[in-house]
Amino acid sequence: MNNRLYGNLIFELSRKGRKGYSLPKNRMGGYEIPSMMRRTTDAALPECDELTVVRHYTNLSLNNFGVDNGFYPLGSCTMKYNPKINEEMAALPSFLYLHPEQPTETVKGAEAVVTLLERSLCSLTGLAHFTFKPYAGAHGELTGLMTIDNYHRSHNDMGRKKVIVPDSAHGTNPASAAVCGLEVVEVKSMADGTVDVEDLKRIVSEQGTEISAMMMTNPNTLGLFEKSIPEIASLIHTCGGLMYYDGANLNPMLGTCRPGDMGFDVMHINLHKTFSTPHGGGGPGAGPVGVREGLQDFFPVVSPYHGNFSVMLRAYAYILTLGREHVKEVGSLATLNANYVKESLKDVYELPIDGLCCHEFVFDGLKDKSTGVTTMDVAKRLLDYGYHAPTIYFPLLFHESLMVEPTENESKETLDGFIAVMRRIAEEAKTTPDEVKSAPHLTPIGRVDDVLAAKHPIVTYQQLLHDKD
Amino acid sequence: MAKVMEGLYYSESHEWVRVEGNEGTIGITDYAQNALGNVVYVDLPEVDDEVEAGEEFGAVESVKAASDLYAPVSGTVIEVNEALENAPELVNQDAYENWIIKVELSDKAELEQLMDSKTYEEFCTK
Repeated sequence: MNNRLYGNLIFELSRKGRKGYSLPKNRMGGYEIPSMMRRTTDAALPECDELTVVRHYTNLSLNNFGVDNGFYPLGSCTMKYNPKINEEMAALPSFLYLHPEQPTETVKGAEAVVTLLERSLCSLTGLAHFTFKPYAGAHGELTGLMTIDNYHRSHNDMGRKKVIVPDSAHGTNPASAAVCGLEVVEVKSMADGTVDVEDLKRIVSEQGTEISAMMMTNPNTLGLFEKSIPEIASLIHTCGGLMYYDGANLNPMLGTCRPGDMGFDVMHINLHKTFSTPHGGGGPGAGPVGVREGLQDFFPVVSPYHGNFSVMLRAYAYILTLGREHVKEVGSLATLNANYVKESLKDVYELPIDGLCCHEFVFDGLKDKSTGVTTMDVAKRLLDYGYHAPTIYFPLLFHESLMVEPTENESKETLDGFIAVMRRIAEEAKTTPDEVKSAPHLTPIGRVDDVLAAKHPIVTYQQLLHDKD
Repeated sequence: MAKVMEGLYYSESHEWVRVEGNEGTIGITDYAQNALGNVVYVDLPEVDDEVEAGEEFGAVESVKAASDLYAPVSGTVIEVNEALENAPELVNQDAYENWIIKVELSDKAELEQLMDSKTYEEFCTK
């Protein structure tokens, strides 16, 4: 990582007339672009030589912090290592240069990858069919809900417009339901953080004929295993609804248990999380949707293509690299790592719901609240020690949420290093609280003004110029 | 410790309402603004919109989260606090002074469902 922020914009490096290319003269003739279609003024593009461009982007990339730099325990995001063999496979020229509009008979290899990936995902999830069209997790959720909606409509059951979502759910669940034109009904959580089955019984008895589906993650947003799924599935199926599994937290289950066996009918998988493909900064993702036998006829057409094929290719490389035996270790190692960190820190950080977690857990800030040091301060201070911050202020169930997901990749040494630093920060909160409250001190930029950033974001060069004037 | 004002009615979703005659002034509590952190945007309804007790009528967005606003009482919006459009941080400065909407109450009996300041204070410490 850079010690100082590299903050140039490519436009600022531009010098009139400088070039990084030279195109050959057109000797063919007769292929001129008609004058009516030509620009009358030059496009406002930066003009730089090749070396300047290479240095610019290399230096920009060094501002970044990723899994390849260091520990990245960003809860709920499954920032696992992306094995380089995935990249090698995705870079094979016979895959790399495929075009989505190529005749099918010329892409048999790619077709085989899709089919084999589908078979692998079916055997890992216990579902019968997958569609690969969705481009990301939330797109998968929407596709899954549309599938369920199509299913209800197919037998003239038009009144099913309600989706039950636990109050601890990821924000995308109610958002997907709303985009699909469905209404959200919240089911409460019990004190132990899992779904309150009695509250669900009340909802089902009052609104059973209007229930389209129940959406759940398992383990849930707090990283806790939902033990009552068979009972919940039976309640929902009896009233005519379907069970939707949000694959956001599939990682700890991988190779250990399967949503299809628990009674889920439809699910999506975030290939970019559970199956080790690169993500962060918004993409590229892949959110294939799986269904129980018979429901595949109700898949909507959400895209003409097979989603992000290169992401699927990487995910398939990951599955093949692990193989049937080693894939079973993913979930248990992710669970072991999370529990190890949780148990090692719960005497200094507030653990609102004690007990075994799965792949992640949530602290409610420091145990000693008297110092005034908040979760935000702890997260900022972690940057000084070279760690990516955990997820903070999510889930909303607690005021000072700090959500840690170490993933299965990390060694005991890495986890011990993180634990030591977290304990040190807890100590600093008592001895030198101001240093924690004003962190980070050792990063290229200090504490950013997130209020100003939210109220007045500058996202384009034009806007920056305008602001400077 | 979050500030609680006497003489107001409070909801479990941390809105307050001050009643004068048939008019209700609605805002979020000091506890709510403190939990939300720096408020950067308030999504306001429009005058003449109908609000229903327990239903959302807008949203407050902070650097931490976006939270729906739930109407503590039903009625018709007669005024919105337009100052919040450009200065949403007023909610952080004084959550009771900087109200969000005023409504013409349609059912005063609904007030019985809300908490008084003492009960709300206890509710917040739970």
